[in-house]
Amino acid sequence: MMYTSSMLLSIVTFVYGLAGLLYIFSWAFHKEGAGKAATWITLIASLGNVAGFLLRWHESYQLGSGYGHAPLSNIYESLVFFALTIGVIYLVIERRYKNRIIGCFAMPLAFFALAYASFGTSVKIQPLIPALKSNWLIAHVFTCFIGYSAFALAFGVSIMYLLKKGKEDPADSGLLFRLPRSEMLDELTHQLIMFGFLFLTAGIISGAVWANSAWGRYWGWDPKETWSFITWLIYASLLHFRLMRGWRGKRIAVLSIVGFAAVMFTYFGVNLLPGLHSYGAMKG
Amino acid sequence: MVQESEIKGNYFESLWKFFASVKLTVVVLLSLAALSIIGTLIPQNESPAEYFRAFGPFMYRVLATLDIFDMYRSWWFQGLIILLTVNIIICSIERLQTTGKIIFTRNPKFNLGNYRRRKSRKDLVITGEIGAALDFSKNVLAREFRFCKVQSAADGFAITAEKGRWTRLGVYGVHLSVVILLIGSLVGSLRGFEGYANIAEGEYTDTIQLRFKDGTLKLPFAIQCDDFDVQFYDTGAPKEFRSKLTIIENGQAVLQKDIIVNDPLRYKGINIFQSSYGKLDGQAGAANITGEIELGFQSKTSGMTYNIKASMNKPVEIPDGLGTFVLDKYYPAAEFRGMAVGPAFQGTLTPTEGKPFPVLLPVRFPKFDSMRKGTAVISVLQTGDIFEQRYFTGLQVTKDPGVSLVYVGFIMMILGCVVTFFMSHQQVVVEIQPKGKKVALMLSGKANKNKVGFQYKLERLAEKLAAIDLTNR
Repeated sequence: MMYTSSMLLSIVTFVYGLAGLLYIFSWAFHKEGAGKAATWITLIASLGNVAGFLLRWHESYQLGSGYGHAPLSNIYESLVFFALTIGVIYLVIERRYKNRIIGCFAMPLAFFALAYASFGTSVKIQPLIPALKSNWLIAHVFTCFIGYSAFALAFGVSIMYLLKKGKEDPADSGLLFRLPRSEMLDELTHQLIMFGFLFLTAGIISGAVWANSAWGRYWGWDPKETWSFITWLIYASLLHFRLMRGWRGKRIAVLSIVGFAAVMFTYFGVNLLPGLHSYGAMKG
Repeated sequence: MVQESEIKGNYFESLWKFFASVKLTVVVLLSLAALSIIGTLIPQNESPAEYFRAFGPFMYRVLATLDIFDMYRSWWFQGLIILLTVNIIICSIERLQTTGKIIFTRNPKFNLGNYRRRKSRKDLVITGEIGAALDFSKNVLAREFRFCKVQSAADGFAITAEKGRWTRLGVYGVHLSVVILLIGSLVGSLRGFEGYANIAEGEYTDTIQLRFKDGTLKLPFAIQCDDFDVQFYDTGAPKEFRSKLTIIENGQAVLQKDIIVNDPLRYKGINIFQSSYGKLDGQAGAANITGEIELGFQSKTSGMTYNIKASMNKPVEIPDGLGTFVLDKYYPAAEFRGMAVGPAFQGTLTPTEGKPFPVLLPVRFPKFDSMRKGTAVISVLQTGDIFEQRYFTGLQVTKDPGVSLVYVGFIMMILGCVVTFFMSHQQVVVEIQPKGKKVALMLSGKANKNKVGFQYKLERLAEKLAAIDLTNR
């Protein structure tokens, strides 16, 4: 079964990919025009992503009674939303920081998220199991994934930082010289991590409130909960290192990469762990 | 004596310093993160037998001694959390002693010299009259800053303005929220409980099995499960688990409610959640079998087979003068000479002449009775829908008087993060001096956070101030 929404989202995958290639082309060959086109294509991809998301929501209601729900209930749907938030947050950053090279590192993230969704997971619209039937579903997934996307972008910017560090001299290499100033990349990483941390906190809290209304406990140390807590601790220590110990630059970039690895493990890795925590797999 | 108290003072001071360090904070945060991983690799709170099997006797003993099988409740994990709490409290007290002076003041001090020396200062020269320039600048600043004051400086004036002084408290809000959260969870673990009860349809209980510790707990009321219902989607996935519950207090039904997952019943501070369910294997015996069972009687002498419908405990006459037969009991899992034969009925055959004797009729083996080599072979042909599937509902029963504190902590933490990350204490100074026939404006300012964003703001302010020229035209 192929839904119109998943067909649209498969196309959007390649539009993200095209935007990424154009950003890279514009960076490599210093072509302003390609960069401008890339921005427009990213906008189109993001709009297509939003449309695909809404269409799937609509389609779930067409499937029959009991099927209708916000498309945030399995790995496929969460990846679609993940790509969407990466696209939207990136566009805001591009506008605010007036720099397109970040797109070279941001668009591949959206592309891979959506590519994995379209080709690596089950596209099928499943009706909601009883545990997921709650108004907290939307609040929980929205907050978590806005946080995840901010961390993903911080990860991309941290890699840019590590590439750029110490290459501020025009004589070094044209490519790396054209990367944004390292102070700006450092500051952007910090801003994204604060933003992500706020939403991760809100995501964990909304999950806790939901767990309390579904199972009668707000915290149960199940692997998904524990790994979100581990992620939270890593970013919390990053913020303390930076604000209280004055860490900047390379060490923050490395911590940001470690933090994102924890995010990815919370997202995908937990399902590989032993135990009978089936809802984790369903929640994605 | 004096020396001793000095030594004590030093001890206290170094202990205080130890707890007031941010190094300790990050060490504890990262230790908690690293140690938490263990509990996700080794499933928690399984039965000792299972761990024993998985790890062998030696490793089992080592891990059990370290409380690894219930590590999040272990003394060392809880100890780390207490260490973090003490650290947070002492750090906050220490820092409030210095920032408190900045935050709680009626007349914020502006050191004009410092502002003049800032690299980011902006200078404008405008045509116009100094009084008008002062009024205009004051209007511009007053629109964006709550506190705005004019003072005379050098040959002209200085306007000092600021906002967001209170936002310096945000970080203390976040830290306090962590402490409140932990107090809430402590209250919950001391004065609350978490348990479960499996209740068969039509039955009730006032006793629950506790989780994480052995033993049961008697509730101040009884929970009766009137009905349980499970619905499935056409995909086979579960759609809804619904238990119809009645709360019985002092022999009186006081509350009735259907609960589903995500919609619990709350009564007197105790919460009852739909958590699991299961099928009862007809353990309740014959009383539940209401329909008729079709039996086959094959006469050995005539070879004829007679089909007769029989109800439980109601004797039926067998044709050919073979006697009477009555169904006595139903066993969901019967055994015959140590062999499991599955569900079976037990009946009594009373021949026309002779003593009654018991007959076992396994439902799955219609020819079973021929082994008896009696005058008739009796078999169960049809059981129809005589077995009404009975369920039990699995309820999670909890009480947690700390939840409201935890929720206060949650709200405080989110608000505190917003304030700490995205709001800042901003101070600006505009100095207005006559410069020949023109007026010189100096704009300078600082913020305690997001310095890059504040630079943009200063530039925008400078543009607004430059508009004085336009108004004078």
